[in-house]
Amino acid sequence: MMDVSLVGALRFWQRNLLVFRKVFAFTVPENFLEPVLYLLALGFGLGAYLREVQGVPYVAFVATGLAASAAMFGATFECTYNAYVQFTYDRSYDAVVTTPLSAEDVALGEVLWGATRSVLYGSAFLLVVALFGAVRSPWALALPGVFFASGVVFSAVALAFTAVSPSIDLFTYYFSLWVTPMFMFSGIFFPLEGLPGWVQTAVWFTPLVHLVRATRALAFGHPSAALVDVGWLLVVALLVLPAPLLLLRRRLVQ
Amino acid sequence: MVKRFGPVTAVGGVSFEVRPGECYGFLGPNGAGKTTTLRMICCTARPTSGVLRVFGLDVRRHPRAIKGRLGVVHQGVTLDEALTVRENLLVYARYFGMGAREARSRAEALLAFVELDARAGDRVPKLSGGMQRRLMIARALMGDPELLVLDEPTTGLDPQARHAVWDRLRQLKRRGVTQLLTTHYMEEAEQLCDRVAVVDHGRVVAEGTPQELVHRYVGREVVEVQAADGAAAVVAEHLASLADGCEVAGDRVFLHTQDGEELVHRVRVLGLPVEGVSLRRATLEDVFLRLTGRRLRE
Repeated sequence: MMDVSLVGALRFWQRNLLVFRKVFAFTVPENFLEPVLYLLALGFGLGAYLREVQGVPYVAFVATGLAASAAMFGATFECTYNAYVQFTYDRSYDAVVTTPLSAEDVALGEVLWGATRSVLYGSAFLLVVALFGAVRSPWALALPGVFFASGVVFSAVALAFTAVSPSIDLFTYYFSLWVTPMFMFSGIFFPLEGLPGWVQTAVWFTPLVHLVRATRALAFGHPSAALVDVGWLLVVALLVLPAPLLLLRRRLVQ
Repeated sequence: MVKRFGPVTAVGGVSFEVRPGECYGFLGPNGAGKTTTLRMICCTARPTSGVLRVFGLDVRRHPRAIKGRLGVVHQGVTLDEALTVRENLLVYARYFGMGAREARSRAEALLAFVELDARAGDRVPKLSGGMQRRLMIARALMGDPELLVLDEPTTGLDPQARHAVWDRLRQLKRRGVTQLLTTHYMEEAEQLCDRVAVVDHGRVVAEGTPQELVHRYVGREVVEVQAADGAAAVVAEHLASLADGCEVAGDRVFLHTQDGEELVHRVRVLGLPVEGVSLRRATLEDVFLRLTGRRLRE
């Protein structure tokens, strides 16, 4: 039995926005500077040898892929470390669930906030790489919406993991076994077509590869090529959304 | 009501009623089930069985309606550390569906009430422990609650900060705010509570006004005997038959009696290994020791 209210979730979302405005400066390195470093090192370092990939300059290829990963990391850091610290060390979630908000409202508010951070970081990174000519079509204006949908997927999966984690130390497994492999094998740095078929099949079941493809398709002006991937993200977003709500409820309400 | 966590029974059948306008105290040693009981009232723990109604509403069916009329001061600090004092109140008001203008004026009034108006712009970690607790009380009052629930509101505070919290709670009682608090400080219960329930091992073992409980379980006076090192058991054995009740805590023997002076005299002439004898009025602390401590005799 789930007790969720969108109004309650949005009130918690507002609280997160207020907190974020204060700590924003400290989140820039991991969410923004890191992808910029990858872009400089690979886009320009490797790009000097690899001029073109799939018909676009390598720097544009990598830049669009990294925009997708910036969106993923924004949601992932929010719903792992941030969420965990708030509900175990600060205990601020414990306070919220004794107000009219339910544990499910808190979880939904947190997921929506993680998705919002995806939009913020993905879009900000996109603006920067637009300067390098990586954005070649007005269809890129649809990308914040795609970042939000994928942000729900990344946030929901991360928050579900966080809700069942007995210790903050387990997050290293979440990153080493899930986030980093996705980051490496979702076609951000090289086209996946060169990999064995079974790898491509396995990768299809993970969210980042679809976000990377959709980001490139829209940024390079091939909207029809993004349809399947955006559809995949929307369907999976709805499928995984109940998990963090139920699991956080189990954690907060005995 | 009953609450079990797997094989562990945290609350094994607690029954009580809080009347409008009163301050009701839940006393018990650590692990007695106090916090679990409060959590069930706040709808953050579901009773395994039994009936629990808050404002006449079933906690299983109407958690949002109940929580909208509660103010909760949690055990420990649950403030938003990233936010300022004022922001903590404003964010909370939003959870209760309060408009921004009303929230602002209410926040200012409550900051003045808990004497934090000068610190309104400071972030929470800059406050002392006593200030943080006062802020928790102000926050709990943001929703204009009919029932204020306080879980060990002064644990860990120094005496000045504790008195400051007690002052506020007494003022709130005069304004008609019903209060339910847990504590293991008997002085706190005597200062604040109209009625108390002593709980142990998840059950209510006694209920009444502090005075009633003192009369019923201890009597008028207590003779405190400081036994010589390791001699408490021997001393207690000799004295138990002279008093109405006898409790041992460490090297001290507490004798419950109606006539203290006579008993003090008799203890002195017995020539037991005793380092000191003193007489005082019986308090709730004696009740607590008698009901939850080790007992020598019924």
